[in-house]
Amino acid sequence: MWTWLHKFASPPHAYRLLGRLAPWFGWPALVIILLAAWWGLVRAPADYQQGDAFRILYVHAPSAWMSMFIYVVMAVAAGIGLIWRIKLAHAAAAASAAVGASFTFLALATGSIWGKPMWGTWWVWDARLTSELILLFLYFGYMALRASFDDPQRADRASAVLAIVGVINVPIIHYSVEWWTTLHQPASVTKLDKPSIAIEMLYPLFMMIVGFQLYYGWLLCRRLRAEILRRERNATWLKEGI
Amino acid sequence: MDLQSFFNMGGYAGFVWSAYGLTAVVLIANWWAARRRESEELISARRRTQQLKESRT
Amino acid sequence: MRRANVSAAAALVFKRDLTLALRRWDEVTQPLIFYVVVTTLFPLATTPDLAQLRTISGGVVWVAALLSSLLALESLFRSDVEDGTMEQWVLSGQPLAWLLLSKVAAHWILTGLPLVLISPVVGTALGLPFDAWGTLVLSLLLGTATLSVLGGIGAALTVGVRRGSVLLSLLVLPLAMPLLIFGARAVSMQMDGDSPAGPLQLLAAIFFLALSLGPLAMSAAIRISVES
Repeated sequence: MWTWLHKFASPPHAYRLLGRLAPWFGWPALVIILLAAWWGLVRAPADYQQGDAFRILYVHAPSAWMSMFIYVVMAVAAGIGLIWRIKLAHAAAAASAAVGASFTFLALATGSIWGKPMWGTWWVWDARLTSELILLFLYFGYMALRASFDDPQRADRASAVLAIVGVINVPIIHYSVEWWTTLHQPASVTKLDKPSIAIEMLYPLFMMIVGFQLYYGWLLCRRLRAEILRRERNATWLKEGI
Repeated sequence: MDLQSFFNMGGYAGFVWSAYGLTAVVLIANWWAARRRESEELISARRRTQQLKESRT
Repeated sequence: MRRANVSAAAALVFKRDLTLALRRWDEVTQPLIFYVVVTTLFPLATTPDLAQLRTISGGVVWVAALLSSLLALESLFRSDVEDGTMEQWVLSGQPLAWLLLSKVAAHWILTGLPLVLISPVVGTALGLPFDAWGTLVLSLLLGTATLSVLGGIGAALTVGVRRGSVLLSLLVLPLAMPLLIFGARAVSMQMDGDSPAGPLQLLAAIFFLALSLGPLAMSAAIRISVES
């Protein structure tokens, strides 16, 4: 098991494997995202309360979901890298940060666009939006810490500690923000709460989440290959391999 | 359904289309950035190995 | 050489830090002055009307306390890492987490505690009623102590970094937001006549979580900063 893992995590092997894996993520992602967008925009009936504006849900909720999922992936990868000293895991964490931040931004922006017709303003201190905003700050902090080291190994390990501390904090932040908003504005939140929507209206939502996951898988393959090339620039296998 | 009402989105056209458009922009930007980064690293790695070979001969 | 036991080593570090800090008195007083100055800004920026200020007084005191204790935390490990003391500690075989925790405790007593003690005065200047004093002090006690641990992790991570102070705030402030929410809310609940027990208990829970896991993260971070 351990020899297998180390063989898998060895840079030349991982580099080739990721290259072969990438299309298996990329093409299904493209098909599923397009299908989910078509289903969400055309096939799903309009909501009886929110009309067609609720279709934003099909991009907002998956992005919010991805933003948290990627943060957890990042922290787990950072933990693996820190404990077992696997460089590939650190590289995966490094490759995930920017992608996670962009999904967080997307969740915030689409949430704000959705909020305008529903609440009448672009920004409301709603629990979900506020915790997304704090998550964005966490991503920024992680990226800033990583960027402030010149030595990649130190950057890896220092940012790994931060990612782990952050992931312990995420549920606390989420809970505290939820508690804070229920005390301050109980009425306005309900409109964006999950309405009792029919199960078939949820299909495109799940499809979009699956599509985003595959897309993230593809991005990870590509970005990891770039990270491996950058970190292994003096290794001998590179001279024969490419 | 006809195309007119599809683009109109029940009066929410601006919101729905800008949200989906923004999503498309972010997804495509991520796709493009990942590809570009990989090809850049590949080019610089090739250049390095080339230089090493030349310096040896 | 006989190896001193853990508690003796931790006590030594604690005493040493107190003595050192008392010699550099300005490092202790500066965050305190900053704290008072920041709270003065709010009435100037909004309104001198005490009745209106009262509604935000708990929040203002809390924000100012967060910022000024972060300011003080920036140099927590710097001098020890620069003069090589930290390296000795890492190599000494003593559990680093305990040494760092006692260092943070000494630091909190010198910067956090005075801040907590003058906060009722600052709060009163903002219209905070007398019966909210207890809640304010208690919430700040728990909050600044937790922040010292969180900030200690941040300071340990950024110790070798240029322009570490901005980075430290960027790292620690998002993590400290739950403290702000619960602490400021406890004060305003007390002012509204509700029982602040709920948020105070949550603050205590976060404090114990930070106290138990924080030193481990701190020692991991210090090892990374010192090793290379």
